[in-house]
Amino acid sequence: MSTYNGISEARAAYLRKIKQRKTYVAVTQFTILIGLVVLWEVLARLKVIDAFIMSQPSRIVDTFVSMISNNLLMHIGVTALETIIGFLLGTIIGTLVAVILWWSDFISRVMEPFLVVLNSLPKIALGPVIIVWVGAGSQAIIVVALAISMVVTILEMLNGFINTDSEIIKMATTFGASRSQIFTKIVFPSNICTLFNSLKVNIGLSLVGVIAGEFLVSKAGLGYLIVYGGQVFQMDLVMCSVIILAVVAYLMYQGVAMLERYANRLMNL
Amino acid sequence: MLRVEHLSKIYQAHNGEVEALSDISFEVQEGEYIGVVGPSGSGKSTLLSIIAGLLQPSGGELYINETKLSGITEDIGYMLQSDSLLEWRTILKNVLFGLEIRKTLTPENAEYAEHLLNNYGLYEFKDKYPSQLSGGMRQRVALIRTLAIRPKLLLLDEAFSALDYQTRLALTDDVYQILKRENMTTIMVTHDIPESISMSDRIIVLSNRPATIKRTLKIEFPEEVKTPLQRRNNPKFGQYFNEIWRDLDVHL
Repeated sequence: MSTYNGISEARAAYLRKIKQRKTYVAVTQFTILIGLVVLWEVLARLKVIDAFIMSQPSRIVDTFVSMISNNLLMHIGVTALETIIGFLLGTIIGTLVAVILWWSDFISRVMEPFLVVLNSLPKIALGPVIIVWVGAGSQAIIVVALAISMVVTILEMLNGFINTDSEIIKMATTFGASRSQIFTKIVFPSNICTLFNSLKVNIGLSLVGVIAGEFLVSKAGLGYLIVYGGQVFQMDLVMCSVIILAVVAYLMYQGVAMLERYANRLMNL
Repeated sequence: MLRVEHLSKIYQAHNGEVEALSDISFEVQEGEYIGVVGPSGSGKSTLLSIIAGLLQPSGGELYINETKLSGITEDIGYMLQSDSLLEWRTILKNVLFGLEIRKTLTPENAEYAEHLLNNYGLYEFKDKYPSQLSGGMRQRVALIRTLAIRPKLLLLDEAFSALDYQTRLALTDDVYQILKRENMTTIMVTHDIPESISMSDRIIVLSNRPATIKRTLKIEFPEEVKTPLQRRNNPKFGQYFNEIWRDLDVHL
């Protein structure tokens, strides 16, 4: 069998094929994106669609350029900050509550119906209440974001904690492990993956909370721009803000994914 | 060294009581290897769990070296069917886990654990992770983790059942030699009759639920038969098997 670089020809061909497939997928994705943008632009120029209502890529770019000199970074910063604070608080508080519920079967049983109701309740409905309680402003937006992400975190983390391999817990018990030893040495490390999953879910949920909160009260942020654009019928502004929002969400998700890879490497998972 | 007196266990469940053990009494001598066999669901594991202190007996008493047992004690090491190695710890850190839990991780004890790893051919893997080891090696690490706490009595609960047949034969040979070398007093619960004959000095046969001791069988092989594999090749092996098989009275 002929080889080069210590790899057999069959192996090289196999690797080539995997790489090729990856390239095809990326090229197709890119083509679809460009195709849609071009189609949108062409249809708008040919007046098949009304650019006033549907907006148009070139006008979005123009809006973007003019927004840069017009506090765009501040708006992005406000939304990003509110989201990050909301989802960090939601994850931390949610995890702490889950720890308490895991610790005490009694409290867990008592809380169950309340949690189920809280989980099904659209937290946005609490918006007006929250605004009255904590005041109209960033604090209300953060609380909405927190409320949305927290309940899901509680349920997801608790579920992860409860489903920790019972054989491993039994093993630790035979050594006489205390409840806190079982938690810190087994249950929590076993659920790093669950934690990152809920972080990932929480970015999306927290963004929902922040944008909805900004719809209700804000004077700044991407949600504010979207609502403002809608009210003054500037669809270019709305579309541009939505696209920026998508990019922000994507970057945050990638940030958490990076953190997860780092944690996994640290834990050898 | 271990004395079990009139042990009984009744489980309480929603739909009534289940009597698992009834009036179990036996003694184990220092350095002895006891096999416990019985029909499935006969309460073998319940018996071990009670000795380990994981379960409270409904009646009866246990003594280790004349001290009454209640709850989990430092004298007993318990090994389960799954190796339960923690994937995020290195082999050495897994081996030290029991000492860490008991807050007895002194330099001296750590050295003893490393010495065990060294003796049983795992020292070169001490900085590797469990996922990099084969099933048989993982189980050996689990055994060393249990031995590292220097138990006086070792309990094996179907400890080799999760492994494939070849690995299992090789590992039982290996473990047998380790335990004899450490002069470990051992109680092994298994549903595998040949395994129990190949390793035990004495076999306790349990009856169907509620489990009572149906009989105790002393296993004796000629002097030159030393390892579990050699026992399997000895003519007496088949005789013991038939005796136990008759006692178990298995029906489908």
